Amino acid sequence: MTANAGASDAAGLGRARAVAFVTPAFLLIAAFLVFPAVWTIWLGMTDFRLTGAQAADPQFVGLDNYRAALTDPAFHNSLWLTIVFVFGSAIVGQSVLGFLIAWTMRSVPKTVKAIVETLVLMAWILPSSIVAFLWVAFLNNNGGTLGTILNSPDTAWLLEYPMASIIIYNTWRGTAFSMLLFSAALGAVPPSQLETARLSGASTLQQFRDVVFPHIRGHILTNTLLISLWTFNDFVPYLLTAGGPDHATETLPVFIYLRALYGGELGYGSAISFIMLLINLVIALFYIRLLRERRTANRSGDADADDAKADADEVLTAAEARNVGQ
Amino acid sequence: MTPAAVVRRILFYGLITLLSLFFALPLLWLVLAPFDKTPTLTVKIPDFTLDNFAELGKNPYALSSLKNSILISGGAMLLVTGLSALAAYALSRVRVPGRDLILYALLLLSSIVTGTAAMVPIFLLMFQLGLIDDRSGVSLVLTGGLLPAAIFILKDFMDATPKSYEESARVFGASPLQVLRHVVLPIARPGLATIAVWALVNAWGDFLTAYILLRDPEKTPAGVLMYTFYTEGGQANLPLISTFSLVYAIPVVALYLFVNRRYGFRFHGGIKS
Repeated sequence: MTANAGASDAAGLGRARAVAFVTPAFLLIAAFLVFPAVWTIWLGMTDFRLTGAQAADPQFVGLDNYRAALTDPAFHNSLWLTIVFVFGSAIVGQSVLGFLIAWTMRSVPKTVKAIVETLVLMAWILPSSIVAFLWVAFLNNNGGTLGTILNSPDTAWLLEYPMASIIIYNTWRGTAFSMLLFSAALGAVPPSQLETARLSGASTLQQFRDVVFPHIRGHILTNTLLISLWTFNDFVPYLLTAGGPDHATETLPVFIYLRALYGGELGYGSAISFIMLLINLVIALFYIRLLRERRTANRSGDADADDAKADADEVLTAAEARNVGQ
Repeated sequence: MTPAAVVRRILFYGLITLLSLFFALPLLWLVLAPFDKTPTLTVKIPDFTLDNFAELGKNPYALSSLKNSILISGGAMLLVTGLSALAAYALSRVRVPGRDLILYALLLLSSIVTGTAAMVPIFLLMFQLGLIDDRSGVSLVLTGGLLPAAIFILKDFMDATPKSYEESARVFGASPLQVLRHVVLPIARPGLATIAVWALVNAWGDFLTAYILLRDPEKTPAGVLMYTFYTEGGQANLPLISTFSLVYAIPVVALYLFVNRRYGFRFHGGIKS
């Protein structure tokens, strides 16, 4: 143990023991996070299959899988559906509904607030295969609650309006995060400024645009990036529609599952997985840049030492919330 | 109140009612159908009975899948809590060059390498390791994904606990491991409890990892069995599905209520602006 290490080593742990404490955790992370990410790159350049000759002896095919993806209409369809899904259910659905709830809950009695928030949170925390069945039941054409209420019991919503169904489902599922984030953000808007605006006769819309929006602009971006990342990676549409009818809800995660693990095209599936990892990386990097900009704007530069830690705090909040949501 | 204000008030509460209905309607089936003599897919006031719960015993896999869920999520919970506590403590107390950067990179990695984006390499890795159809394999994969965030939360927690207790224990001649057991562990207990609950809830709700790694129905956890209940052919057994989903949901809801009462449901460390 060096004197330097001893200075901050209150328990007398020592380097050797410290390394022994850290190693098991880091080994698991290396095996189940780092290695898969790196291995995908190599797998994506082979013709690896689940069965047959290529299973025993996969060949290196370079960028063929990526070239195939470029001209694969099924992949294009899937990419487009994923964009529609993320835009419709996360960027529009969850953000708007989450904000609306956070906004209205500021001026209702405590009990109403508690009930509404608990309902929204329940939708978020229940295991995904339960909520998937609840929605299969809700949208069923054989006595589903939606058809009963709308007096159109024969409408098979999941078959006739598949994308709209999973978009509305995912809006319902994920609104809680936006609600929590916007409640916290709105709590930080100074009431005196709102009061002043109201007294000077500003309409609700003007209050929002001139007083609230400047305060929560950063939160809107944070929220948009995080819920986009999670929605992009969401596998639950598979539990509702299994990608159907006729590929109509085959978002990228479902596409990868069906092609690689169900259809056995492991090489091609890995190439698509790598594309997904890259998109995730781009969203995450945008997010980090946004955090840095916000911090620089807030405290005019310096304090670089704290930056990595503060960034990580935000990423953590994200990781934590995402996992609770799944 | 002016008439205009009254109308606005009515519209406002109308909106809140609509929003509540949107969130409540799909959920209602979960609490009503299990107690209905003849459960259908429609939400309706139940003709009360507890007979449906007998279906859980009749299905060969229902109870064993809950046992599998306990094994898998319990294993992940113990691994995540134990390993992250050790790592977080060492990282908090011993200076390692580039420590924050490493943690930061790992966190970033864990939000990019998601279960869906990495399902192919993870499936192949487990296949090569001979861990397909092995419940501990599912625990391991889930643990790998949860560890970075767990280490981070706990390191923050350990950083905030005073070192003076450890120092005085050392002065009185306690060995480092005694310090760990009798001084650090009791102080860190609330942090460990948070991580344990968080890891348990995550692993309990997992679908995809178990779905791709387990084949044998004897080993299937509740999340995957639930899915097979309503996708396998034939008439869906609604008394079974409704009671099973309620029993499967209860631990998550109970933990949520517990955490909510104890700490309030909010973000760790708050949201910074």
